Amino acid sequence: MAKNIQSVERAAAVLRVVGAAGRPVELAEIAQALDLPRTTTHGIVRTLREVGLLTQPNHSTAYALGRRLATLGRARLDPNDIRSLTTNYADALASHSRQAVFIGVPHVRGVAIIHHVFRPDDREQTMVIGAVVPFHATALGKATLAFAPSAAGGGLSLERFTGRTVRTRGRLDVELSRVRAQGFALDVGEHDPDLAGIAAPLRTVGGLGVGAVGIVGTVGTMVGTDSQPRPDLVGHVRDAATAMSRAIVAGR
Amino acid sequence: MRPLSHEPVVAAIDQGTTSTRCMLFDPQGQTVALAQVEHRQIHPAPGWVEHDAAEVWRNVTLVVPMALRQGGVEVGDIVALGIANQRETSVVWDPVSGKVLAPAITWQDTRTADIVTTLVQAGHDEQIEAISGLVPRTYFAGPRLRWQLDHVTGLRDRAQAGELLFGTMESWLIWNLTGGPDGGVHVTDVTNASRTMLMDIETRQWSPRLLELLDVPASVLPRIASNAERYGTCTTLLPGVPVTAAIGDQQAALVGQTCFEVGQAKCTYGSGAFLLSNTGPTRIVSSRGLISTVAYQLGDDAPSYALEGSIAVAGSLVQWLRDSLGLIDTAPQIETLAATVPENGGCYIVPAFSGLYAPHWRDDARGIIVGLTSYITKGHLARAVLEATAWQTVEVVEALRGDTGMDLDRFVVDGGMTSNQLLMQYIADVLDQRVERPLVSESVCLGAAYLAGLTVGYWDSLAAVRDNWHRAGSWRPRMDPARRAIERAGWEEAVRRALADCS
Ligand SMILES: Nc1ncnc2c1ncn2[C@@H]1O[C@H](COP(=O)(O)OP(=O)(O)O)[C@@H](O)[C@H]1O
Repeated sequence: MAKNIQSVERAAAVLRVVGAAGRPVELAEIAQALDLPRTTTHGIVRTLREVGLLTQPNHSTAYALGRRLATLGRARLDPNDIRSLTTNYADALASHSRQAVFIGVPHVRGVAIIHHVFRPDDREQTMVIGAVVPFHATALGKATLAFAPSAAGGGLSLERFTGRTVRTRGRLDVELSRVRAQGFALDVGEHDPDLAGIAAPLRTVGGLGVGAVGIVGTVGTMVGTDSQPRPDLVGHVRDAATAMSRAIVAGR
Repeated sequence: MRPLSHEPVVAAIDQGTTSTRCMLFDPQGQTVALAQVEHRQIHPAPGWVEHDAAEVWRNVTLVVPMALRQGGVEVGDIVALGIANQRETSVVWDPVSGKVLAPAITWQDTRTADIVTTLVQAGHDEQIEAISGLVPRTYFAGPRLRWQLDHVTGLRDRAQAGELLFGTMESWLIWNLTGGPDGGVHVTDVTNASRTMLMDIETRQWSPRLLELLDVPASVLPRIASNAERYGTCTTLLPGVPVTAAIGDQQAALVGQTCFEVGQAKCTYGSGAFLLSNTGPTRIVSSRGLISTVAYQLGDDAPSYALEGSIAVAGSLVQWLRDSLGLIDTAPQIETLAATVPENGGCYIVPAFSGLYAPHWRDDARGIIVGLTSYITKGHLARAVLEATAWQTVEVVEALRGDTGMDLDRFVVDGGMTSNQLLMQYIADVLDQRVERPLVSESVCLGAAYLAGLTVGYWDSLAAVRDNWHRAGSWRPRMDPARRAIERAGWEEAVRRALADCS
């Protein structure tokens, strides 16, 4: 059997000691309980505090279990909760932008569509909830990936959909840092040659990305003659993302 | 949901069964703000469901400022306020102190069964139906007032002394908004009044005969007004803003969905589910358990009527799974749970918590779960919960078809449950008809806002608001007919047992 990693074992032991005490515990007590040198214990405790699993209540020197520990098992938001909490904002976004609205969350090979509001022009459209769109070729995918870097899991397949699809990791990384700097993502004919998308991240406590909201329309309606996305549409998408993020945080 | 630069807006309050909402709308009927707070559901005994009307009013005072802040709107920007409310819930209060004098008895409560049975056994049911248009049932508000007068100490004396006011939720809110003890307006609207079993459906005034039969003094009742007129002006919360619409929530949703033509219908999925179909100026008497009700009346215009298929328990069964069984943390998570299994495993739930409403109307039916085997998981239960809403929909749609001889052109839906994809698909599957959702799924608020805005000229006509309706989503049927027939047989067998098990 492979050897266990000692520092992980020790970190678990520290958490158990603090949890069992039922009150804030001083560093010296933890070190004593585990029969470890103070310096070693301090390194573990400090790291645990930095990742939010321990806290020092009221700026004291003693340590208690962090709040994040309690929510660890519920870290993943239920997509059906997200849809329900954001549905009114999604409707408002569709009516202000006059475009179709999509909400997506990370999935194994891309972004899974969990909500779809039709373009409000009463033409025939088909609900695509449940479909998965690629990370690298859609605004929704890029906005998700930029703020939840682990979303893509191990690898990304950079499949070519059109002549404009991003096909190298290097270019995608440049694109993602631009998304992070600007707060929204763009796709102009990269997945479907006739369509463009604008998307912004949905973020929960601590700025963690949980998915994205975006609009999709014809290139002509979404992008100006200067080949920049229409600023009013970008504004609507970003406002909606902010309001939805707030609703998600409040609703948990 | 974006700050506006002091563009005039219309405000609406939806005082619902589970929560109270305030929304603001612009001229295109687009949402400018939405704030919502839930209130407690109080279950003091089996079959009893109460609300605290004081808590509800407090929630109104919370959500209105929240909506204003959210929309960046000032009181001066609001041209009118409309109110929609849960119907048939009865509130009694003291006109001098403004205090509520008893818990509000909600529309789901069945404690008036004895009062109703006595009326029927005395042979008054035909006369009651002839005057009110309603077959006597625990569902309506009048018997609740009677129960309160009979059982709450001192209430009858107060009524005699003129120290008691009665109303459904819209009356309670309007009275508080327009001054309360200090000149508050005591008024109800024709849709809410039509559900008391105290109103003459032809004259649209309180019926002296019905008041006599139920032993209810006229002095405690509000004045009956139309759904769109100026009842009074807010002295608090939105000072200076006129209150210009009041309408029961289901009728409000009919207006919000712009079902203004004969034959147009909508179904709202909230705590209960309610299919309403506009029958225009003609009142159709159902032979299949549908309720013939006032749809809306604008000022002095002639009223429009509707046929209504009432389903007592829809979303409240989801709440039961959440609050009483603890199988889910939030209502939307029922969809996640239901998706863990491909079908119901032979399990059916008939949620007759308040008896069964349309088309069965059996106050004595009791809820059952059939098909329990060791194979059944909580996923199957979750499916059975959602499917119960779908099959009850089929029953009321078929009753409507039987009464009117017409198929529904379109099946449009709204309400909290419509964000559930699995449910909406299942309804399309078992109805074998496309289901459509509008861009503003808060049709109740929107309907109240439309009427309030029409009264003050913010909108010109019903036709003018019709163009605001847009399809936001739709679900097409894709169930194999053989499968549908099997499921239907399973549901019908379960209903038979729910009815047979009762004495
Ligand atoms: N995603 C969902 N799936 C199933 N039921 C839901 C969902 N969201 C809300 N509900 C149910 O819908 C009801 C709330 O809807 P709402 O339209 O606010 O009703 P009301 O006006 O009667 O309070 C609750 O009973 C809740 O259990």
